[in-house]
Amino acid sequence: MAVVIALVLVAIGSVTFHVLSPWWWTPIASNWGYIDGTLTVTFWITGVVFTAIVLFMAYCVLRFRHRPDHTAEFGPENKRLEWWLTIGTTVGVCVLLAPGLVVWHQFVTVPASATEVEIVGQQWRWSYRLPGRDGRLGTVAVRWISPENPLGIDPADVAGQDDVIIEGGDLQLPIGRPVKILLRAIDVVHNFYVPAFRAKMDMVPGQVTFFWFTPTRTGAFEGICAELCGLGHAVMRARVVVVEAPEYDAWLERQPTFAPRVASVQ
Amino acid sequence: MSTASGHLEGVPAAEVEDVELYHPHSWVTKYVFSQDAKIIGIQYALTATAIGFVALVLSWLMRIHLGFPGTFDFITPAEYYQFITMHGMIMVVYLLTALFLGGFGNYLIPLMVGARDMVFPWVNMLSYWIYLVAVLVLIASFFAPGGPTGAGWTLYPPQAILSGTPGGQDWGIILMLLSLMLFIIGFTMGGLNYVVTVLQARTRGMTLMRMPLTVWGIFTATVMALLAFPALFVSCVMMMLDRLLGTSFFMPALVVMGERLSHEGGSPLLWQHLFWFFGHPEVYIVALPAFGIVSDLISVHARRNIFGYRMMVWAIVIIGALSFVVWAHHMYVSGMNPYFGFFFATTTLIIAVPTAIKVYNWLLTLWRGDIHLTTPMLFALAFIVTFVNGGLTGLFLGNVVVDVPLSDTMFVVAHFHMVMGVAPIFVVFGAIYHWYPKITGRMLDEAMGKLHFWVSFAGAYLIFFPMHYIGLLGVPRRYHEIGEMAFVPPSAHTLNAFISVMALIVGAAQIVFLFNLAWSLRRGKPAGGNPWNAASLEWQTPETPPPHGNWGREMPVVYRWAYDYSVPGAPQDFIPQNQPPAKAAE
Repeated sequence: MAVVIALVLVAIGSVTFHVLSPWWWTPIASNWGYIDGTLTVTFWITGVVFTAIVLFMAYCVLRFRHRPDHTAEFGPENKRLEWWLTIGTTVGVCVLLAPGLVVWHQFVTVPASATEVEIVGQQWRWSYRLPGRDGRLGTVAVRWISPENPLGIDPADVAGQDDVIIEGGDLQLPIGRPVKILLRAIDVVHNFYVPAFRAKMDMVPGQVTFFWFTPTRTGAFEGICAELCGLGHAVMRARVVVVEAPEYDAWLERQPTFAPRVASVQ
Repeated sequence: MSTASGHLEGVPAAEVEDVELYHPHSWVTKYVFSQDAKIIGIQYALTATAIGFVALVLSWLMRIHLGFPGTFDFITPAEYYQFITMHGMIMVVYLLTALFLGGFGNYLIPLMVGARDMVFPWVNMLSYWIYLVAVLVLIASFFAPGGPTGAGWTLYPPQAILSGTPGGQDWGIILMLLSLMLFIIGFTMGGLNYVVTVLQARTRGMTLMRMPLTVWGIFTATVMALLAFPALFVSCVMMMLDRLLGTSFFMPALVVMGERLSHEGGSPLLWQHLFWFFGHPEVYIVALPAFGIVSDLISVHARRNIFGYRMMVWAIVIIGALSFVVWAHHMYVSGMNPYFGFFFATTTLIIAVPTAIKVYNWLLTLWRGDIHLTTPMLFALAFIVTFVNGGLTGLFLGNVVVDVPLSDTMFVVAHFHMVMGVAPIFVVFGAIYHWYPKITGRMLDEAMGKLHFWVSFAGAYLIFFPMHYIGLLGVPRRYHEIGEMAFVPPSAHTLNAFISVMALIVGAAQIVFLFNLAWSLRRGKPAGGNPWNAASLEWQTPETPPPHGNWGREMPVVYRWAYDYSVPGAPQDFIPQNQPPAKAAE
């Protein structure tokens, strides 16, 4: 009997915990409400399945527990039932998968209007690089990295001259404008994750990765490193500030560019 | 049908009779350098349990450090990372893989298929001793300069072999890679034995479709392991070369702490692909034996045939095959080509179908059964609850876009602990309560078993169910302290502390279990040969515990599947596999 009660408690307790829990995702600040939507659908479907299975177990234990006069029924197979369960499960899985793949397609399709921002991870801090007036980022290579040129911009590349470099400060982004985040790491694998934006991607040395989003809310949002990167992993924090366009332009104007450093790099 | 000597009429026996010459005669050859699969299985199990206890203590240290910031500062961040790495690697490889395949595989396969022993006993013995050396090398890294590696159990380069990670430029990573290579060599020796024994050494009448699901699970998992572990082996060789000889398999051009390294042109993602090509099948290498064993536990203790046996066998085989084409679902946010996400999300969710069929069939075995709530049955029920819970959260993480916010958070930690930590370990416990009487001739104490069960089940659920919600908040995994995070409310820190307390309690319950194992060895109730009235062959041995050679003079002949429970008209509620068809039926 204790088992029956325990199983019912697991089913009801889990649902109650889910409903009453004060622990839920941070309010969203990007266009990825679709991700939250898919997650919610998944919670619903899996929640119903879990509750049903655990309650059915409780019923079985109650109804078919050992008693002196009770015997089990011999019945190796039931083809019809097995097929129905298989088909039902397949349908459920498709209902979960289909919207997931549709949203994933959006996630990997960067709008043509997106502006590029580069985030560079290294042990254990973030740097940012934004294209200057020409709207293009200069080419980079590890061989160019030096104390004066921490991001390794090619000093001979014209496109890199006006690149804005932010070391140690906050990254600002204008609200409502899609942004393609280019990710680069120069020592080990890192991952730039702002929970309020929902999107994340590893930054891998030797390649450039990306994700995109549109900020939909102004304010300051905390970012963290989400891929184990050594001893300082837990203190590798970032802050992204989303502001209105005029404020953003004024901020961008104040940031240092690469051009004044070129001489010392060469 | 059969003559007194066990031969089928007119057909001579293919099996070799038990000959005194084969048996060991000294204590050392009997119990230490033993070639008896049963002793080797026990050696595997004891070693795995011992190293598993180390992993348990490490989890305590991690949890107190994480749950009570500032209170247990004698644990440094470096040590925290070393603890999570060793805990993970020990649990997955040195405990679960070794225990299911080396432990239960060795003990049960020959007995369940009706063989005298594994087919290559000497290689089998070597398998255990190499495993032991692998464990000792792993342990040695605790005492090596710089301590064990703290790279996380996935050992992602470049950080695994760089100075920013504990053990990266010291001995830690080298000993870890060496230990893994030894483990794989040892496992291969055992694994070939399990596969060939199942294929070649089954007794007369034991067709493949009459084998208990335990054997099917272990057999399929072993085939998978023989295919998956080589990927890890070559990865270890390559990383070892990168670390010791300065090659660049996984190392692109890097600047570390302001210093340009000499590596050039390698790919960190190559490691991840190779690692997960091993790592995902590894999940099922642990899960499939658990599936098989729990099927048998449920059937025996519910006194009912396993429902849909053929479907269960095919589900095991299909899951095993599919698990080789889902590995990159661990890499959705790794920076691989994002279009892979479509393929791997689809294959991953397809696996949910055969897995769900297995769950339904366990439930349908309980349904209309005669459920005896013995300790093995309780653990089997707890397995279903935790496995279904962990399996369903797998549908979140497998569905590529839902994984994006959740990957690398505590949600993942909660998911994999539920599905491949807690659930398989409950099967291990159930299996030990179930087969301990065959191994020792005595029952484990039921009261201690119940206590162990209730604390473990309630505690583990209270640890890992709420943990999902901490991950949902955005709290990342592998942080030695959560610290101040704008998106984490103070109440979450209270929950985090609660989880740590529960972890200590559940850990303490395992001491009851260990005590029970030792206490019952001498004081347990005598079990007799078949205390659960089970039908499968291992319970029909002439002696309990079975001696070397298992069957005495005559090999058993099998006439039926392993699940003839509550057959209408039968005098008892079970018919042993080796019982000939009744005279009346002829």
